[in-house]
Amino acid sequence: MPTKTVLVTRQLPRSPRQRFYLVEVLIGLRVTAAHFFRNMSRWLTGGKGAITYQWPEERRPLAPRLRSLHRLVRREDGSPRCVACMMCETVCPAHCIYIVAAEHPNPDIEKYPERFDIDLGKCVFCGYCVEACPEDAIRMDTGILEFSAYSREGMIYSKEILLALEPAGAEGLPTVTPPPSLIRKGLD
Amino acid sequence: MTGTLAELGIAFAKVGFIMGFVLNLGGLMTWVERKQSAVMQDRVGANRASIFGLRLMGLFHPLADALKMLAKEDFMPAGADRALFLAAPFVSVFFALAGFATIPFGDVLRVGGREISLQAVPLNAGILYVFAMLSMGVYGVMLAGWSSASNYALLGGQRAAALMISAEVAIGASIMGVCMVYGSLDLQEIARGQGAYWAGVVPKWGILTQPLGLVLFLTAGIASTKRTPFDFPEGESEIIGYFIEYSGMKFGMFMMADFVETVVIAGMTTALFLGGWQVPWLFADGFHFPGGLVWTLPHLAVVLLQVGAFIFKVVAMCWFLMLIRWTLPRFRYDQAMRLGWLGLLPLAVLNIVITAGILLL
Repeated sequence: MPTKTVLVTRQLPRSPRQRFYLVEVLIGLRVTAAHFFRNMSRWLTGGKGAITYQWPEERRPLAPRLRSLHRLVRREDGSPRCVACMMCETVCPAHCIYIVAAEHPNPDIEKYPERFDIDLGKCVFCGYCVEACPEDAIRMDTGILEFSAYSREGMIYSKEILLALEPAGAEGLPTVTPPPSLIRKGLD
Repeated sequence: MTGTLAELGIAFAKVGFIMGFVLNLGGLMTWVERKQSAVMQDRVGANRASIFGLRLMGLFHPLADALKMLAKEDFMPAGADRALFLAAPFVSVFFALAGFATIPFGDVLRVGGREISLQAVPLNAGILYVFAMLSMGVYGVMLAGWSSASNYALLGGQRAAALMISAEVAIGASIMGVCMVYGSLDLQEIARGQGAYWAGVVPKWGILTQPLGLVLFLTAGIASTKRTPFDFPEGESEIIGYFIEYSGMKFGMFMMADFVETVVIAGMTTALFLGGWQVPWLFADGFHFPGGLVWTLPHLAVVLLQVGAFIFKVVAMCWFLMLIRWTLPRFRYDQAMRLGWLGLLPLAVLNIVITAGILLL
């Protein structure tokens, strides 16, 4: 079968001024030099001449609705508000929540989670667990964005860690960090 | 005997000054490159290297870079030509450093009955010497490309050679006008010639007598430093170039050669077009302002002012070259060839003709 080759060339029409380069070069230099002198004068007058954030010393404010690291809400006695109804585990599209239910001594509460693990290596941060929870027991409002581990197992956050977290403070910035002592180094 | 020793000491002092100035400025250029590009792009720039918590706006980064490069594996490809592979970075750096030797950084200094011309090597064909050194620098690049036993490096070296030829012709032709106006090939004489005035007010600097020459010289000069608008010999991010097989401090030397060449081009532009060490209305005995005001200064103060003016101009030129480097995108190989042969060279010849015509009138 004979093939037909179509040569596509894209030649932008250029005016004589553009073909002469020099004027365009000077226009470009004016733009960059303006940035240089504006930023420099800001630095020299004690201001900030950059639009970047010097993370981690300087953190960018987060939106209040941002979905960040999960936390388990506590009752007044410090036990989890979760009743191990499995709603979040069921709705989770990434299957990253693992709950083991146990009998609660209080017959009004019926159940409590003996284990509540979230595998953050799998989590897609969709927030469905928060929406599905009938007890308002899980929230994603810690403002914590930096959690990493050297192993896949290290990304599994247990009930103890999730209970210890606090909601974000002003400008959506985290008030606590996950205690590294509680993060597991490997499987039990 | 003491006379000879003194002569020797003076020569060493001048060479030491030039070497210290060029090497330090070249090293500092790595810092300037990072910080200036950052300020131009609304960023902060490298600022993390610290000694005892002292950051000094990232001034320790060149030091950290040097340490890193010295600690890296010194790699050599199996098929490389050993001697030439080792010699290439030295050739590059040597000729880049040697280029600054004839650029004058001040007028005559009179100390203890001696007259010292503030120029490392007083040479009556100084311009030719600088360009000889600049074009010899490409030998290091070509050797690197050839001896690496790598096709990518060879192609990079070939691109560098082609660029150097097309830039070198234009660079030579573009300064002819300056030589004609000031009637000398000696850079010291050219710098002195720029101390004349029109109507006693406007200094006869090269930027005013040879505006077209300045533009052509700068363009070709940037091309000969192999930096960004003309960095296709290197093209680190995608087409890679002649130093692809180099690692550690040998790679660092190629980088340093580029920065030193930038300083040399800045020094040449200063000497030829920005009046060299001249300060407007500063004569050997002090300031003679156009209004007739005279401010007499001692000899040493005049010399210090001149050297200071030269350093200031070179640093300002380095800033400007850096501004160009971080503003323009890279020319393609064929575009740069076309610019060199069909743009710069005819314009340079035209500049010579016009200059000759004006001088004749």
